[in-house]
Amino acid sequence: MKEIVVLSGKGGTGKTTMVASFAALAKDKVMVDCDVDAADLHLLLQPTMGEPREFWSGQHAVIDEEKCTRCGLCEDVCRFAAIKSLHIDHLACEGCRFCYHVCAEGAITMQEKLAGYWFISDTRYGPLIHAKLGVAQESSGKLVAQVRQKARLLAEERGLDLILSDGPPGIGCPVISSLSGANLALIVTEPTLSAMHDLDRIMSVCRQFGVPALVFINKYDINEENTSQIETYCTSNGVDVISKIPFDNVVTEALVRGLPLVEYSKDGTGRRVEMLWQTILGFLHR
Amino acid sequence: MVISVASGKGGTGKTLVATSLALSLAGSRRVQLLDCDVEEPNAHILLKPEMHTRESVCIPVPAVDEGKCTHCGRCAEVCAFHALAVLKDRVLVFAELCHGCGACSYLCPEDAIEEVGREIGIVELGDSGGVDFVHGKLNIGEAMAPPVVRKVKQHIRPVGTTIIDAAPGTSCPVMEAVSGSDFCLLVTEPTPFGLNDLALAVEMLRQLGIRCGVVLNRTGVGDSGVEDYCLREGIPILLRIPLDMEIARLYSRGIPLVEGMPRFRQAFLDLFESVARLVPQGAKR
Repeated sequence: MKEIVVLSGKGGTGKTTMVASFAALAKDKVMVDCDVDAADLHLLLQPTMGEPREFWSGQHAVIDEEKCTRCGLCEDVCRFAAIKSLHIDHLACEGCRFCYHVCAEGAITMQEKLAGYWFISDTRYGPLIHAKLGVAQESSGKLVAQVRQKARLLAEERGLDLILSDGPPGIGCPVISSLSGANLALIVTEPTLSAMHDLDRIMSVCRQFGVPALVFINKYDINEENTSQIETYCTSNGVDVISKIPFDNVVTEALVRGLPLVEYSKDGTGRRVEMLWQTILGFLHR
Repeated sequence: MVISVASGKGGTGKTLVATSLALSLAGSRRVQLLDCDVEEPNAHILLKPEMHTRESVCIPVPAVDEGKCTHCGRCAEVCAFHALAVLKDRVLVFAELCHGCGACSYLCPEDAIEEVGREIGIVELGDSGGVDFVHGKLNIGEAMAPPVVRKVKQHIRPVGTTIIDAAPGTSCPVMEAVSGSDFCLLVTEPTPFGLNDLALAVEMLRQLGIRCGVVLNRTGVGDSGVEDYCLREGIPILLRIPLDMEIARLYSRGIPLVEGMPRFRQAFLDLFESVARLVPQGAKR
């Protein structure tokens, strides 16, 4: 089984647009949306939503006011400023249990947190595993690990040999959780100085986790000088730039219609994305 | 007054808005810009500040004195993050899992645990054309962005205007960045993605009790979903920026919008005035 994850460093470069098109092109696969705090893939794949399944993760402290003697020790030891006037701020509490351990009166208990929901949904392109992290919840890395594991199990169960994963922006916790152990990372970038700066950082993360990367340049004609700089930079770092597409309004039009680009535009830009997918398949099975 | 700039969806123009707002105000008032997107900070590319100070961001992690340790296992038992494992003859520390809460050190009966700093990122301070600049950078391979964001925010000045550029999304690094602000500008685009992620960001701000308004970027394409949503939810749209290849090209070269197209300066000053009117008197400084 192979797993390909689409990343970018900088947000909004076109990760989900690409994954939705690959979903329409690839055979025998499971799709997984690893951007659990702003999941968008379902907007293009239009699934019949599966049952929400609870995701419990982490804990937060609760003070029993009957038992509390207001000694203030819990407030003193908390490094996350989560206890103010013996009231626990659940958004700030990291669930470290320090207060629970030091309270001499046994007035503090730890409660499990319902941190979000995940779903196995059906799309006309195959199964989609996606999730919704509760608003203002941490644990996004753990929820990503959860959806990836479920995708793997489902693929095994149904004899599917590809996992197509839409990753989150950035380089931190949920990105590392999406990336580690994947077979290939496709990095979607654009020729802006910001995206180029971020490309460098996400490429380093891929290297550090030993995941081979390929680069794809979106909207290459916004700045062709930057585009050739990206190509030179990638080549000198031993990373292939496998394709590029121009800025094209059909991408937004397809999105507004709720369709993968390759289904909305069969020629021009859509055709280029189709060829890109063939190239990726070549790398995946090399 | 602290104004944060967030978005839900990435790539909608947060940094463009934050930098142009800061530069527009710089002539007439004291302004600082804090780039709190510590995973992928970009504001420095547009503002090109001269950095004068660099600070290391460390989180305290346990260091066990094996001479004092009796391998009783108490530290591993109290650690909620599984960052310690006690074997028969030694203690293993998994520093990358440690949140730096300090429980192990405090609760060790032998006083055998000391805390040492582990660097997870840096904070840099500089100056750029009248804008005081601060940003944080998470080290490559590190997972925990919030402590770096916290360290950047320690530089918020009590007077003047502070503009915070947040990361995309709605999870902990974003909450850390926007919490405590007097107002949050949500930058989005008129597409189904822009709408979906705007709604998530609004939900987050409501939980945090922060007022918000929308900056709609790349108008002229897409659909009316965001406009309809804002009308329905009573969220003001405070600025509209049209889809324009010239704006995209300027951004690609790292040129702030108000420098490349100075006619936008007034729009950003008006944006600031609109925000100031929406923030209660007590919060203004």
